Amino acid sequence: MALAEHPATQVQKRRTRLFGWTWRETQGFLFVLPWLFGFLVFIAGPFFFSFFVSLTEWRFVGDLKWLGLENYARLLSADDQRFVQAVYNTTYYVVFHVPGVLIISFAIAGLLNRKVRGIAIYRTCFYLPSITTGVATAVLWFWVLQPNGLLNNFINIFLGPFGIRGPNWLGSTTWAMPGLIIMSFWTVGTTMIIFLAGFQGIPQHLYEAAEIDGAGWWGKVRNVTLPMMTPQIFLTSVLGVIGSFQVFTAALIITEGGPADATLFVLLHLYQIGFTAFNMGYASAIAWVLFLIILFFTIVQFISASRWVYYEGQRA
Amino acid sequence: MRRVSQISFQAADASTRQRTLRAYVWIVLGRLVGYAALLLVAVISLLPLAWMVSTSLKAFGREFLFPPQWIPNPVVFGNYLTAFETSNLARYFGNTLMIAVLATLGTVISSSLVAFGFARLEFFGKRVLFIILLSTLMLPGIVTLVPTFVLFKTLGWIDTPLPLIVPWWFGGGAFGGAFFVFLIRQFMLQLPRELDEAALVDGASYFRIYWRIMLPLSKPALAASAIFSFIHHWNDFLNPLIFLNSEEWRTLALYLRFFLYTEAGGGAGLTRWNLMMAASVVMLVPVLVIFFSAQRYFIRGVALTGIAGR
Repeated sequence: MALAEHPATQVQKRRTRLFGWTWRETQGFLFVLPWLFGFLVFIAGPFFFSFFVSLTEWRFVGDLKWLGLENYARLLSADDQRFVQAVYNTTYYVVFHVPGVLIISFAIAGLLNRKVRGIAIYRTCFYLPSITTGVATAVLWFWVLQPNGLLNNFINIFLGPFGIRGPNWLGSTTWAMPGLIIMSFWTVGTTMIIFLAGFQGIPQHLYEAAEIDGAGWWGKVRNVTLPMMTPQIFLTSVLGVIGSFQVFTAALIITEGGPADATLFVLLHLYQIGFTAFNMGYASAIAWVLFLIILFFTIVQFISASRWVYYEGQRA
Repeated sequence: MRRVSQISFQAADASTRQRTLRAYVWIVLGRLVGYAALLLVAVISLLPLAWMVSTSLKAFGREFLFPPQWIPNPVVFGNYLTAFETSNLARYFGNTLMIAVLATLGTVISSSLVAFGFARLEFFGKRVLFIILLSTLMLPGIVTLVPTFVLFKTLGWIDTPLPLIVPWWFGGGAFGGAFFVFLIRQFMLQLPRELDEAALVDGASYFRIYWRIMLPLSKPALAASAIFSFIHHWNDFLNPLIFLNSEEWRTLALYLRFFLYTEAGGGAGLTRWNLMMAASVVMLVPVLVIFFSAQRYFIRGVALTGIAGR
């Protein structure tokens, strides 16, 4: 903005114009043009097209049949038992995964933030699992969660004396989902680093002031750390909810939705309908319902944010 | 700790002395518990990885011994050779590398251009466009999955690496790509404005300012973007799964899934876990190498976007 008053730019401003824009403005637009093009072709276009497709029956080969809202009616009428099951499973996952990740990474970041010796080494160790996400992690945990795998070895060694035996994680409808959730906690590193950076940004004088007011450890956490960390907590929980509603890789590789659909997630259901049965219309309807569910939770979080998120320097 | 002990020497009467002693014990105890917890978390983080490496070196049939055998006996390095010999692992490695490198190149070049536009130039609708850009970060990718498949099918790009590369050459135009524009823009905003103003007075064009001044100064952000992008594409599974079918372009992620699928189908006793873990290690090694050689960019990058949430 300071640039606009500059004499050099004003000369340019008078000289060349395109569609009533100054050359300066045109240039700015040219810089963001690649994004705008990509956005229209790869995001906005597909976004609206998928809504259109969701109103039809289309199997890619052959004609497109207009259905109106029939696909949605079928989804919402609980006619598709598997979809209902998938929504339930996904919600189950999100409800445990998101708060779990927040609490665990908050605790770890808190531990690291206490002038620990060798903080860099710990930080590296904790972050390492996060960069290995994807298929390799899934294959690894498929192995760890075997009935005689690593996790059960530990459970049997430490809890065996109390009569607790490790379950057949992936083979049981009760334990498959907890198994996947435990696995998801292994990759809390990114959130942990964001929190750690947040912790380090809290001014020390706030803690000193709290100490003078007689606050103990819990008092400082409750009245200084938590309020100051709310922007990070908000950010990670919004992105966490959006991401975890679309959980897919682990389930496809490890359980393929089983046993008995116990880990069938919405995206996995969509994949099976859209990309193995090629029922594009119905798959798009699933995508839109999930989109609306995610949108609902995102909006709820944004609305609630004004009540609990504290932005320094601007009181909401 | 030092402060507390100093105070305890100065303490005059017995009761304060006792109180400071108790405080001291509490602090030491707290520290010990803290270290124990940190150590525990470190073990949990590393153990599965160690287990993976250990298993990849075990002889077939010795993977499930109880109690767990951490150092394999015998150590079978040949597993890695077998993994490469019995499959086209080298080819899949090359495919993955090519896709990841080309997509990353596109991401860094185009995202930095767009980021420069948003960080330094003024134009009509900039604010609105930037808000749209940010909101694509929150748009679940699932809604565009089917139509982008249709789009690439129409273009004849299915079963070629193009769908995995080309969108990333449009600075944040690909799904989730806005993250990189955002990261680089945040960094560029911190650079002093006087630099471009001085260059402008000297008659430099905006492109020159971008190329000669902003890019060299934004190296940390570019490095962070390149690393995140590479690892993202290296690990990506959903997109290759949908856009690639044939063996010719198979990526490591697809191969691992395929391997697990064919092996585990034969019952757990017949699954060659050692080979599967060897292939997994092969997939992890490049990521680990990048991580350890560029760690500071990583941590800064994550921290930068996290702070930007404020």
